[in-house]
Amino acid sequence: MGEYIKELPDVFSEFSEQRRQSFLTAMEYKKQGKPLVGAFCTYLPMELPLAAGASVVSLCSVSDETIPAAEQDLPRNLCPLIKASYGFAKTDKCPYFYFSDLVIGETTCDGKKKMYEFLSQFKPIHVMELPHTQSEQALQLWKSELYRLKAALEERFHTEITEEKLRAAVRLRNQVRRSMIEFYDTMQMDPPPMSGMDCYNVLNGAPFRFDLENLAKELTELAARLRERGSLPERKPRILLTGCPIGGVYKKVISALEQSAYVVAFENCGGAKATHELVDEDADDIYEALARRYLNIGCSCMTPNPNRMTLLRKMIEDYKIDGVVEVVLQTCLTYSVESGLIRQMVTKDLGVPYISIETDYSMADTAQLQTRLGAFTEML
Amino acid sequence: MNYIGIDIGSTAAKVAVLGETQQYFVLPTGWSSIDTARAIQEQLQQRGISLDESLVVSTGYGRSAVNFADKQITEITCHAAGCAEKYPNCSVIDVGGQDTKTIRIVDGVVSDFLMNDKCSAGTGKFIEVMANRLGCDIDHLFEIAERGSALPISSLCTVFAESEVINHVGAGKPREDIAAGVVDSVAAKVAGLAGRLALSDQVVLTGGLSHLPLFAQSIGKKLGHPVQPLENGRYAGAYGAALLAQRLEEKKNRKEK
Repeated sequence: MGEYIKELPDVFSEFSEQRRQSFLTAMEYKKQGKPLVGAFCTYLPMELPLAAGASVVSLCSVSDETIPAAEQDLPRNLCPLIKASYGFAKTDKCPYFYFSDLVIGETTCDGKKKMYEFLSQFKPIHVMELPHTQSEQALQLWKSELYRLKAALEERFHTEITEEKLRAAVRLRNQVRRSMIEFYDTMQMDPPPMSGMDCYNVLNGAPFRFDLENLAKELTELAARLRERGSLPERKPRILLTGCPIGGVYKKVISALEQSAYVVAFENCGGAKATHELVDEDADDIYEALARRYLNIGCSCMTPNPNRMTLLRKMIEDYKIDGVVEVVLQTCLTYSVESGLIRQMVTKDLGVPYISIETDYSMADTAQLQTRLGAFTEML
Repeated sequence: MNYIGIDIGSTAAKVAVLGETQQYFVLPTGWSSIDTARAIQEQLQQRGISLDESLVVSTGYGRSAVNFADKQITEITCHAAGCAEKYPNCSVIDVGGQDTKTIRIVDGVVSDFLMNDKCSAGTGKFIEVMANRLGCDIDHLFEIAERGSALPISSLCTVFAESEVINHVGAGKPREDIAAGVVDSVAAKVAGLAGRLALSDQVVLTGGLSHLPLFAQSIGKKLGHPVQPLENGRYAGAYGAALLAQRLEEKKNRKEK
């Protein structure tokens, strides 16, 4: 191995530090006058800002640090992700929010869409109307929302989003998706080639990279190296995580599970849910292809939500899953209601053990989670 | 060789010893599980049980404080092991000091379980708080509750329920009726949790309140299904841990062969 190749643990920690390091990159970007778009959710069709010459960055929403500030305006009994998103924005503690020229939100859940009304008091925000079904009419509405976003971006950044630029952006984002899939698919090895914590750190750090070509190349290389290195020595039960976004709770959840299991699959927003499907690059109508791809995301805000079920079934099989853990953030109504249907499908149809836990960003329930998740893995 | 199970709960620390000698003892958990673990170690020595010739499994919320344990296993698995010995197919309802769990055991292993979420109503703590308010201990509360007819206590929160009790006290309601109301209220919450998991034909009650027949009866009434208190139910977790310690050795022996 050449000495210029970084050791794998260094690669993992570099990705886990990515969010912090990118603050500086974001600042550089701004100094060079390049536009930056802040995103809250995976429903944002990132190809559009990319085609407008802007970089997209995930806004801070994963720590309880600013929740008390948020609770001065928002009800306490609200999802921690929404409170944290708002809290970081309000207290100006999120440099990405600070550097963003435009924030884009979508009407995913009720809490978020109302929070955006508060947020608009101190930042320009463009809210896309996301339909909550995946019908043909819904597709047409969503497509028209893509055109509306195109116009908003063109106006703000004084540029034209040409078909050519958009198709190039689609190809680039697909390339990133393919490399992400290549990377996380290595977890199908039994035992996996890395811990779930290492895997998640990479998935979590990747969206903070602006150099997308390099990112795709690095992920592909990383996947190849993992395949070359092969499985970790010990066989342990294989866990799939599903449910709400876990950016704010993954440390306590994954470390509790990985005391006696491996988390090998992530169906959440940061994992397969928003990555596994590509955009049809050769479609005649690229806007419709984009709209379809994004509307297909299997989030619980959709009713019914068949794509989540299909993806879960496939992942449980492909990753040889021994147990499914659903993470519900406190007061997340749609995921919490849907968890009953997921339990039914996973346990009754597939005969795989399932547990659902409700948690928030505080560390108060760490011991309880260790008991609950520990008992679950002991049972497998 | 001795097999020791140590179950440090939020209220009481239970110890079961199997092997050359069979012993059970309980200590209050106090305010430091590390001190409790040390006190258990001393007790074991006084009883002539050498740790060098023992395998120890610790469980319960204080399981990580037992620095001389060979293995830590969660209380769900330990409770199940303790009950499965007698009932290989059953539902276990364990009412603990700070949480309540229901475990479904199929052919001797855990097939599913539920724990209550961050709430003390429906746990031993609820009864402890109310007994305090009524100026008696827990056993006495059940004793007088036998004679009362239950007053409604409907709050889902221990603190609010306590003010309900205070209202009843203020209105001069008979103490027996308030006590019966307290038991009824906890039984309803416990049954609510247990009912969310498919029940086996055999339903077993464990935990520090399982020696009180009225408690099992009240839960049974709410569930519409008889509930059998496990003999020595307070030690179910510790006993299960000791059994699992025994299996540790069997596993080790198999590996060596």
